[in-house]
Amino acid sequence: MQNILKQETMALAGDQAVAYAVKQSDVDVVAAYPITPQTIIVEKFSEYVADGEVETEFVCVESEHSAMAASISASVTGARAFTATASAGLALMHEMLFVASGCRAPVVMAIANRALSAPLNIHGDHSDSMAQRDSGWIQLYAENAQEAYDSIIQAFRIAENLDVLLPVMVGLDGFTLSHTLENVETLPDEAVKKFVGVRKFSNVLTHEGKTAPFRLDPANPMTMGPIALQNYYFEFKRQQEEAMTNALAVIQQVNDQYAKISGRSYGNGLIEAYRLEDAEVAAICLGSTAGTIKTVVDDLRQEGVKAGLLRLRTFRPLPVEAIRSALTNVKAVAVMDKCMSFGGNGGPVFHEVRHLLYDVPSRPYVLNYIYGLGGRDTSPVELRSIYENLQHILQTGHVEKPIQYLGLRG
Amino acid sequence: MTKQYKTWKEIAPAGVCSKSSIEFLTGDWKTYTPVRDPEKCTRCLLCALFCPDGAIHWHPDKADIEFDYSFCKGCGICANQCPTTAITMKLEQE
Repeated sequence: MQNILKQETMALAGDQAVAYAVKQSDVDVVAAYPITPQTIIVEKFSEYVADGEVETEFVCVESEHSAMAASISASVTGARAFTATASAGLALMHEMLFVASGCRAPVVMAIANRALSAPLNIHGDHSDSMAQRDSGWIQLYAENAQEAYDSIIQAFRIAENLDVLLPVMVGLDGFTLSHTLENVETLPDEAVKKFVGVRKFSNVLTHEGKTAPFRLDPANPMTMGPIALQNYYFEFKRQQEEAMTNALAVIQQVNDQYAKISGRSYGNGLIEAYRLEDAEVAAICLGSTAGTIKTVVDDLRQEGVKAGLLRLRTFRPLPVEAIRSALTNVKAVAVMDKCMSFGGNGGPVFHEVRHLLYDVPSRPYVLNYIYGLGGRDTSPVELRSIYENLQHILQTGHVEKPIQYLGLRG
Repeated sequence: MTKQYKTWKEIAPAGVCSKSSIEFLTGDWKTYTPVRDPEKCTRCLLCALFCPDGAIHWHPDKADIEFDYSFCKGCGICANQCPTTAITMKLEQE
């Protein structure tokens, strides 16, 4: 840890921290369309462009669908591309998200997580990115503005790794993180530039029989993402699954390497286990809620309750083994979903966590708490009630309601 | 006809084509094959004009047309356009 660089403390809201990270990451193209609560990212970055602080080509597009189309196009030529969106903007990109992952375009995108209409709501929940779960994108969720900054820098390294070559979205909770000022430690420009490095390319065989770098270049014509029917489509999808599996190791490596220059790491990069070693009761969550839960866990520990928290930093690829091993001693788990899967018998994180625990020899009780939809505040008192319920279940051996709503009236 | 397809480990990512479209014989998609009656055909070339795949060629030396079955997908547009009903669509086994 002796190589940790001297850093500058800046007062940044989450969105500003993202824009600053992009500014430092030597990005060639930013194509974006503003939408609350992502707006500041685009606004701030366009200022950098206007002031000549970056050499980035800023493309003002007419919609999020175009933002993603332009980002993919830039990325497949070999450029480093970034965009950002939220809520309805991400929903409008839906079609193009699959093109990005299918074309193996390592686009990085910040999502200022926000609820979806109707009714109209601009505040934070995970409905937008969870709805894109199966689009082939890597998904990271930040706990605070500092992690949003750090994760954007890491995301370029993860996405562009030749064993991965997948687009990455970094979620930061709308308003709670996007618009809240925090002290953020920032690395020197040169250090970030060096860390993200220059894009490398694997070689592919083109239709002209040439071996050429995998990028669109008039000197070496090639076709990406053309028609692949019954005889080949399936094979390309299997390649994407392999890339996701490879990403598990790459995310951990990048987390470790980043720690060496910054002194900051987020668990193993995939999950962050907080006071879990001897925990009997634990919650699992994504994003900023983890900060509040950690204070609740600390309070409970002082009272002698063996409480812990597992924060899922990486949701795609799902870190199956890491979660299983972190929960080895836990007897009752509450999985928190800031999103609904209507009619799906619980939220998406609950589905996946309960599913991966099915093959564990001694399965814990697994409950689901749906909370904070439309940005509803979740208090420490409410979070504490989750742990009280888990303890009650351990005493009685009986789960009354496996799926509950936290902070809902009636 | 058995083809040797490559596995997912052997192909380039993102559907990058390892050969040009000339080498992808789309003619094997077809169910129906156009068959021409040279007696009824007036060589008006409407079929060649309408063929969406450019699979009907005019040979000036023979003063005749020829179907390129390697690329004919069997859509039947030629038969539909033929003013003298010289082209009929037949199942391959017929």
